[in-house]
Amino acid sequence: MRYEAPATTKEAATLMAKEKGAAYVLAGGTDLLVRMKGGFIEPDLVVDIKRIKAMKDIKKLATGFQIGAAVSGAELGENAAVRKAWPGVVEATNLIGSKQVQGRCTMVGNLCNASPAADSVPAMIAAAAKAVIVGPKGKRTVPVEQIPVSPGKTSLKKGEIIESIILPKRPPKSGDAYLRFIPRTEMDIAVVSAGVSLTLDSKGAVKDARVALGAIAPTVVLVPAAAKAIIGSKLDDSAMEKLAAACSAACRPIDDKRGTIEFRTKVAGVLARRAAKIAFERAGGK
Amino acid sequence: MPLDNSFTGQKFKVIGTRPLRPDGIDKVTGRAKYGADASAPGQLVGLILRSPHAHARIKKIDTSKAAKLPGVKAVLTSADLPDLTAGDRNMYDMLENCMARGKALYDGHAVAAVAAIDMPTAKKALKLIKIDYEILPHVTDVDEAMKSSAPVVHNNIFTEGVEPTPKKSSNVSKRSEFGHGDVEAGFKDADFIVEKSYKTEQTHQGYIEPHACLANVGPDGQGELWVTTQGHFVFRNQCAQLLGMDIAKLRVTSSEIGGGFGGKTHVWMEPVALALSRKANRPVKIVMTREEVFRASGPTSSTSIDVKIGAKKDGTITAASATLRYQNGAFPGPWAELGAMTAYACYDLTNVKTVSYEVIVNRPKVAAYRAPSAPMAAFAVESTMDEVAKKIGMDRVDLRIKNAAKQGTKSSYGPTYGPIGIGATLEAVKNHPHMKAPLGKNQGRGMACGFWFNFGGQTCTDINIGVDGTVTLTVGTVDVGGSRASLSLIAAEELGVPYEQVKCNIADTGTLGHNDMTDGSRGTFSSGMATVLSARNAIKVLRERAAMMWEIPADDVVWEDGQARATGDSHGNLAPLSVKEIAAAAANTGGPIAGHNEIVADGAGVSFASHICDVEIDPETGSTRVIRYTVIQDAGKAIHPSYVEGQFQGGAAQGIGWALNEEYIYGKDGRLQNPGFLDYRIPVCSDLPFIDTMILEIPNPNHPYGVRGVGETSIVPPLAAIGNAVSSAVGIRMTHVPMSPPRILKAIEGAHKAH
Amino acid sequence: MSGVLVSTTINGDSVEFFCQPDESLLDVLRNRLSLTGSKEGCGTGDCGACSVTVDDRLVCSCLVLGVEAEGREIGTIEGMADGDKLHPLQQKFIEHAALQCGICTPGFLIAAKALLEKNASPSEEEIRFGLAGNLCRCTGYDKIVRAVQDAAKEMRGA
Repeated sequence: MRYEAPATTKEAATLMAKEKGAAYVLAGGTDLLVRMKGGFIEPDLVVDIKRIKAMKDIKKLATGFQIGAAVSGAELGENAAVRKAWPGVVEATNLIGSKQVQGRCTMVGNLCNASPAADSVPAMIAAAAKAVIVGPKGKRTVPVEQIPVSPGKTSLKKGEIIESIILPKRPPKSGDAYLRFIPRTEMDIAVVSAGVSLTLDSKGAVKDARVALGAIAPTVVLVPAAAKAIIGSKLDDSAMEKLAAACSAACRPIDDKRGTIEFRTKVAGVLARRAAKIAFERAGGK
Repeated sequence: MPLDNSFTGQKFKVIGTRPLRPDGIDKVTGRAKYGADASAPGQLVGLILRSPHAHARIKKIDTSKAAKLPGVKAVLTSADLPDLTAGDRNMYDMLENCMARGKALYDGHAVAAVAAIDMPTAKKALKLIKIDYEILPHVTDVDEAMKSSAPVVHNNIFTEGVEPTPKKSSNVSKRSEFGHGDVEAGFKDADFIVEKSYKTEQTHQGYIEPHACLANVGPDGQGELWVTTQGHFVFRNQCAQLLGMDIAKLRVTSSEIGGGFGGKTHVWMEPVALALSRKANRPVKIVMTREEVFRASGPTSSTSIDVKIGAKKDGTITAASATLRYQNGAFPGPWAELGAMTAYACYDLTNVKTVSYEVIVNRPKVAAYRAPSAPMAAFAVESTMDEVAKKIGMDRVDLRIKNAAKQGTKSSYGPTYGPIGIGATLEAVKNHPHMKAPLGKNQGRGMACGFWFNFGGQTCTDINIGVDGTVTLTVGTVDVGGSRASLSLIAAEELGVPYEQVKCNIADTGTLGHNDMTDGSRGTFSSGMATVLSARNAIKVLRERAAMMWEIPADDVVWEDGQARATGDSHGNLAPLSVKEIAAAAANTGGPIAGHNEIVADGAGVSFASHICDVEIDPETGSTRVIRYTVIQDAGKAIHPSYVEGQFQGGAAQGIGWALNEEYIYGKDGRLQNPGFLDYRIPVCSDLPFIDTMILEIPNPNHPYGVRGVGETSIVPPLAAIGNAVSSAVGIRMTHVPMSPPRILKAIEGAHKAH
Repeated sequence: MSGVLVSTTINGDSVEFFCQPDESLLDVLRNRLSLTGSKEGCGTGDCGACSVTVDDRLVCSCLVLGVEAEGREIGTIEGMADGDKLHPLQQKFIEHAALQCGICTPGFLIAAKALLEKNASPSEEEIRFGLAGNLCRCTGYDKIVRAVQDAAKEMRGA
């Protein structure tokens, strides 16, 4: 195995593109090293992106926030501006692993690990976040939901690296939230999860909403029917029931060591309701 | 309830105080050396190849490519480990468990091993070993394994304890029966009868330190082994027997131990490391990965238990019975039997009968786990006790008090009790503020009792007095959680010297006589007893030496407050002699001053605990939070109360994890699906509240200070205490441990549908 | 695979070591530098026994490559005491009997130190969540939380 720590994104992408063997990007390494240790992968090249300055930055742009691919969960959590605009995304990212893992893990790593249970991903999808990809053919920007295609697999092409995540600028009266179910209080992978982002109209009813669910299908899924259930409402009981029903209906989970089909289907609706309520309150809804 | 107070009146000088542990600084600075922390010149890395199949015939093993790989110094299969066990079934099972012989019996069973110059080479070598398996049908569930249609794991096991012995082999290695009276007649006398069936899943001790050892054997048959173990003398004997070595020529040193809880009472890869070292003629270090620990060490049994209890309207239990089926893993064990013995040990019963079945499945060989087998039996019995109380309309604590065993009770497993603490713990529960505290919405309270035998066993200690009067206490029981401090306290108490003047060392096997494991809650009990007796022997020598110094008869010298005093009128003016003064003169009065003791520490007093716990359930997710927890346990006499509390709290925490989340999950393919701390979910810091403790001291008359073991009992009540709390919060009897969120939610939803 | 020479700082001392590119920092500390105070309980970041700091950030050293240490500042348990003076957390862990077997203790101390550096007066809940990445199987965490509370109090007073 070769280890490289280039100083620019372009160099990193070139290294990835040129490598004939198995090449992996190393950001926080909290998934990569586990897979290496378990013998699930045997990289020929590991490209450490933490020495790329642009990837360590959080920038406030006119269009929102640009969060570098090597920004750790802990660093993101310490950024007051992002926390204020996107509390749900930050909380979701800060739920990945322990404090120790937070010192290393990144949103982009979480996204590219392509687990349906990734904590930051439902929140990012609900937030309509975009990924900036750098590759041999230049830069492109895609919605984050297009990155994971199945457990462990992404749509990234040979030599492509995600450089940053763009979180859009927030209209007034907006809020987001992310909740997951885990058996313990910490250190678990989500059994089922829900991210909700919404904006209220002048009367305090939900104007726009996005609802995403985790660990209920091969990838995190955006559930337009769930958003539709609450748009126009002030989250009254009937809207909440419809939201929960739409979420449960969108579930295509499996039985595994972490939970059952029955449990995930039921609890997806419960969490979506609870997350919607938090997001609503954060948006100033009453 | 009257207690035997003959030992409570004892006045102690240092016993019961809380001095700093002598190994504290080593352990907070990273200096303490654990199993994986040792290295030797020229050491090789040992790795073990494990079966990916639950049950498979090994048709052929080809190690030739691995052996030829540069840097590989030894390759080992069962062909290198001839059977030297001479018909001893237990030892043969141990040998077969260390390295599969003909068949792989569980996912993770060792099939071959290598020793190489470094980790990459060793890993490469494992991949070059080719094994031709014939996959056989497997069984991992305890009830399934008992069916006549189940695949039979060993074709030479015929159920013991059944008349006549079956001619057909099966997975049931033994049936046992305990009890007295006539249960059928007792049930006829009952006004109420409750019958329930329960299941508990398999759990692991979950010690944070994986198994590790460093073996070094020469061609002359002399060897050394550095190992994390609860009993290095036992490991020595077992390794020597399995490998055909002389016991005296294998010196085993116990490292600091990073948790054991029963799981480090068994050899796994130590004989393999020694055999590799012998073959390579170089030191070999083997450190298990966490995955190996889960797949291939010794978890506790999964169980299936039926309980039937009958009682009068006034709460008198007229009969109690239980059938207990315990999974033993791939080899026969005594585990169901222990469950059957402990099930009703808390109660004074006229008619009681328990029947147990040891069941063999394709899972790792079960080892002891803290009060082994008792928590599951207590879960079943104590859950049923709550149901009985409910049916009668009686307070659950009162029901237990009414039927509690006491001094003179013939226990359900045979012996008649001496002074015991179950009644006292129950009275303490009844009067505890925790029982009276208000509960909120979705909250429930549970309580339950637990019993453990405790154990004494072979023990041997030395006390040596230095020329400066300081005291070296040498013991052979591994310090798993602060026993150096408690044993030093005992030596200080007996000799009358300050605690700081005593240094306790754990001897290697070349330095002291045989000691049994630190298991059965015996460390402080038995080494403590041997320390008292060693100290008394040393005092006898000190008195004799003082007498020589004074030139008076030894009978005229007494030992008081750490000094020799001359008694009687004739030597009235002699100033007392301190240990230091007597020691300084030792070279001229007969040489080194020491006291030794070798005993079988009989009379370990049985131990009882009652726990109270409050939980809060999220009715929409089935999630449980433990919000308050109280442990009340009889310690006999708490030598160092901080470490007694620590045992109470640690056992409770393990029980809470077991009750709520911990379980071995096997796939349809018979492979373990969660061999890691991510999905084998032991409690984390934020899962638990402070765990309150109350130490009761009902002295054990068989110990000079009244000590009872305290290590194990605390894990016995939690499964039932939490089960009772959850059941009270949701209004449904939970019968399957762990009570994980999907199981609780399913029970809640099921109850809704039923209405 | 060819080895890499790495220059780093460990507990304030300049250190150079040679390691394989896929070797974890934990393996480097333990096997190449004889700093065995950091323990491997799982190797997958689930137990925290290998906790160290990298540029003052708490991490699991089993999830860091040795080569990543180049130019960084690493803090391990071996550097926690100041000469013969124990860190208040070390002292309080001994006083409160917050360790039984002691295998998790180095990781807990490093994590607790990182916690108190960010939050000098954490609530019980903040301590419990702050230490949730460190598994202890002996104590039930009771005495650990109390030791951290007491150390925090003493450090605030100092």
